[in-house]
Amino acid sequence: MLHIVACIKQVPDTKIIKMNPKTNTMDRASAPAILNPYDSHAVEEAVRLRSRYGGTVSVLTMGPPPAVKAIKKCIEIGADEGYMITDRAFAGADTLATSYALTKALQKIAETRPIDLIICGKMTIDGDTGQVGPGIARRLDMPPLTSVNKVVELNREEGYAIVHRKLEDGYEVIRSTLPCLLSVEKEINDVPYSTMTNMLRAARYQPHIWSVNDLPDIDKTQLGLKGSPTIVSSVWAPEKPKGGTQLEGNPQEQVRQLIDILLERKELFQGVT
Amino acid sequence: MNFEDYRGVWVFIEEKDGIIAEVALELLGAGRRLADKRKTQLSGVLIGDQVTGLAQTAFEYGADCVYVYDDPIYRFYRTETYMRAMLACVEKYKPEILLYGATSTGKDLASAVATDLPTGLTADTTQLDVEEDTGLLLASRPAFGGNIMATILCKKYRPQMATVRPKVMKALQRVPGRIGEIVEESIPITEEDIRTKVLEIVRATTQRARIDEADIIVSGGKGLGGPAGFQLIHQLAETLGAAVGASRDVVEAGWIGHHHQVGQTGVTVTPKIYFAVGISGAIQHIVGMQNSGLIIAINKDPAAPIFQSCHYGIVGDALEIVPMLIEGFKAALGRKEEADARKV
Ligand SMILES: Cc1cc2nc3c(=O)[nH]c(=O)nc-3n(C[C@H](O)[C@H](O)[C@H](O)COP(=O)(O)OP(=O)(O)OC[C@H]3O[C@@H](n4cnc5c(N)ncnc54)[C@H](O)[C@@H]3O)c2cc1C
Ligand SMILES: Nc1ncnc2c1ncn2[C@@H]1O[C@H](COP(=O)(O)O)[C@@H](O)[C@H]1O
Repeated sequence: MLHIVACIKQVPDTKIIKMNPKTNTMDRASAPAILNPYDSHAVEEAVRLRSRYGGTVSVLTMGPPPAVKAIKKCIEIGADEGYMITDRAFAGADTLATSYALTKALQKIAETRPIDLIICGKMTIDGDTGQVGPGIARRLDMPPLTSVNKVVELNREEGYAIVHRKLEDGYEVIRSTLPCLLSVEKEINDVPYSTMTNMLRAARYQPHIWSVNDLPDIDKTQLGLKGSPTIVSSVWAPEKPKGGTQLEGNPQEQVRQLIDILLERKELFQGVT
Repeated sequence: MNFEDYRGVWVFIEEKDGIIAEVALELLGAGRRLADKRKTQLSGVLIGDQVTGLAQTAFEYGADCVYVYDDPIYRFYRTETYMRAMLACVEKYKPEILLYGATSTGKDLASAVATDLPTGLTADTTQLDVEEDTGLLLASRPAFGGNIMATILCKKYRPQMATVRPKVMKALQRVPGRIGEIVEESIPITEEDIRTKVLEIVRATTQRARIDEADIIVSGGKGLGGPAGFQLIHQLAETLGAAVGASRDVVEAGWIGHHHQVGQTGVTVTPKIYFAVGISGAIQHIVGMQNSGLIIAINKDPAAPIFQSCHYGIVGDALEIVPMLIEGFKAALGRKEEADARKV
């Protein structure tokens, strides 16, 4: 039976987040935690594939205990099972340490039910890197397929998948062996409103929760802040472009000045005729 | 890991259809600055099919050396093949710093390479600097939806890697005939080893300039009053050979499709010139365009926040100003066209 795992994360809603202008830190209380919008498409795609090919959809997250809510949201979308790894040892992880911890959890999940396909979101809106998906794929020695905007076919028996990868100017059709890992674009699907059945199931659902000691053969030095090669050394408020030269004169004069200023920098108009 | 062994600044030279991606030239410009500061070499890594000839272009844009993996197996980008070539090159020659464009290819490759090495990887960098004496890369990027900037360091691993947003760094002026060293490399790799195949490439047929690539963007906001007023934006864009952008409110009002939306929940753009016409300048819009080369605001309200975030501002009615701009540019650029025609 086909087993698809979507990796999902709970994130602060960066659209409404307030920053403390003195410390340049997030005022976490100001931002509600939501399921990373890109990951909802990952789960939805898994659910759609299940309805085409049968099988099971699991979701996996690493995060603090309240992230159970994000798992419940995925159950509402239609996932069957939810797994969460949560431990202080994971805190402060960058993408490398995150992909390591998630890989360990995926290996444990695979012990009970082998995994055919892993789906990640394109990126998270807080980490905003898109690096975790390919990182997991490399660790599990699966082909990583990023920028996927369509799954054409999955064939578990013959062990292949055919997908479209979005390019800057079109798309390419790729055939990959299974298992593989997809990072999916938002446009791959629309996430519909949840059904009442799924909502009721989500309300009662209790995910599998593991701490670091539940994960076999884990190298603790590769976890969390300690295991992260990158560190944030400083944060500051983004610089606003300054200048703001207000052009003077009547409209005709202002327009004239602006055109002169722009045309003086001919390099800006290379290729424009 | 002995840091002394790791020297030089490298750039992944992304190529497609025999042309070097613009972002790679920009990175050579940025990389040159870092290499000079460290008094070291700037090298490119060029992977593809029949690409050796492109090394010359890289020299002319600042590279001292280019490592080339030229083989039909690299005809199309695939993580598996490119990653193996890059890993082999890094392990053999050990760069201190390795930069990639933050394009879908660059990000895909960098993420895989970082995991296998392993090393740290900073995503979507918009500012780069290096500590002269230690070689520590200072890679800065917007974080939390553009709410803050953060400087990311990788102290314990080499190479230090970053993906860098297109259109943020500046390419050097091309120096025709500038020379460098080509180092031809190859690794044993056969099609049978590779688990992914590119079956087909479909190029989108749309001719319309895309806002994430455009050098000039004319964006319109609610201040244009309605779809009719918004036509002026299309006209000005056409005159300038520019792409059309929009604020979210305009997209939600249905004056234009959502892939034109600039901002936090739309596209982040960094054109050379960005016109914000009838746009108030909400932070969610600003984060999507603030790295543009030259920002020009037209708004009838002198207190509109957009004027805090622009290089040149015109206070006035867009419905009056934009037609004048169209006429003015048509006249000026038309003259240039005539002059060019005479030259040929
Ligand atoms: C979670 C969230 C995410 C968001 N994401 C985005 C995003 O990605 N992109 C985005 O753009 N917005 C985004 N927004 C919306 C943003 O906050 C603003 O509401 C939006 O940018 C305003 O659009 P506007 O400037 O076109 O309209 P308005 O704010 O209505 O501004 C119109 C401006 O036009 C001027 N004007 C009026 N008439 C004229 C005239 N005749 N000539 C010249 N000027 C005139 C007015 O003075 C005014 O400044 C987001 C908001 C939220 C809450
Ligand atoms: N803590 C996490 N738990 C589960 N999945 C994650 C986590 N962080 C990242 N991911 C997955 O990796 C993708 C890319 O994340 P990022 O590299 O942070 O942009 C996300 O869309 C998720 O699918």
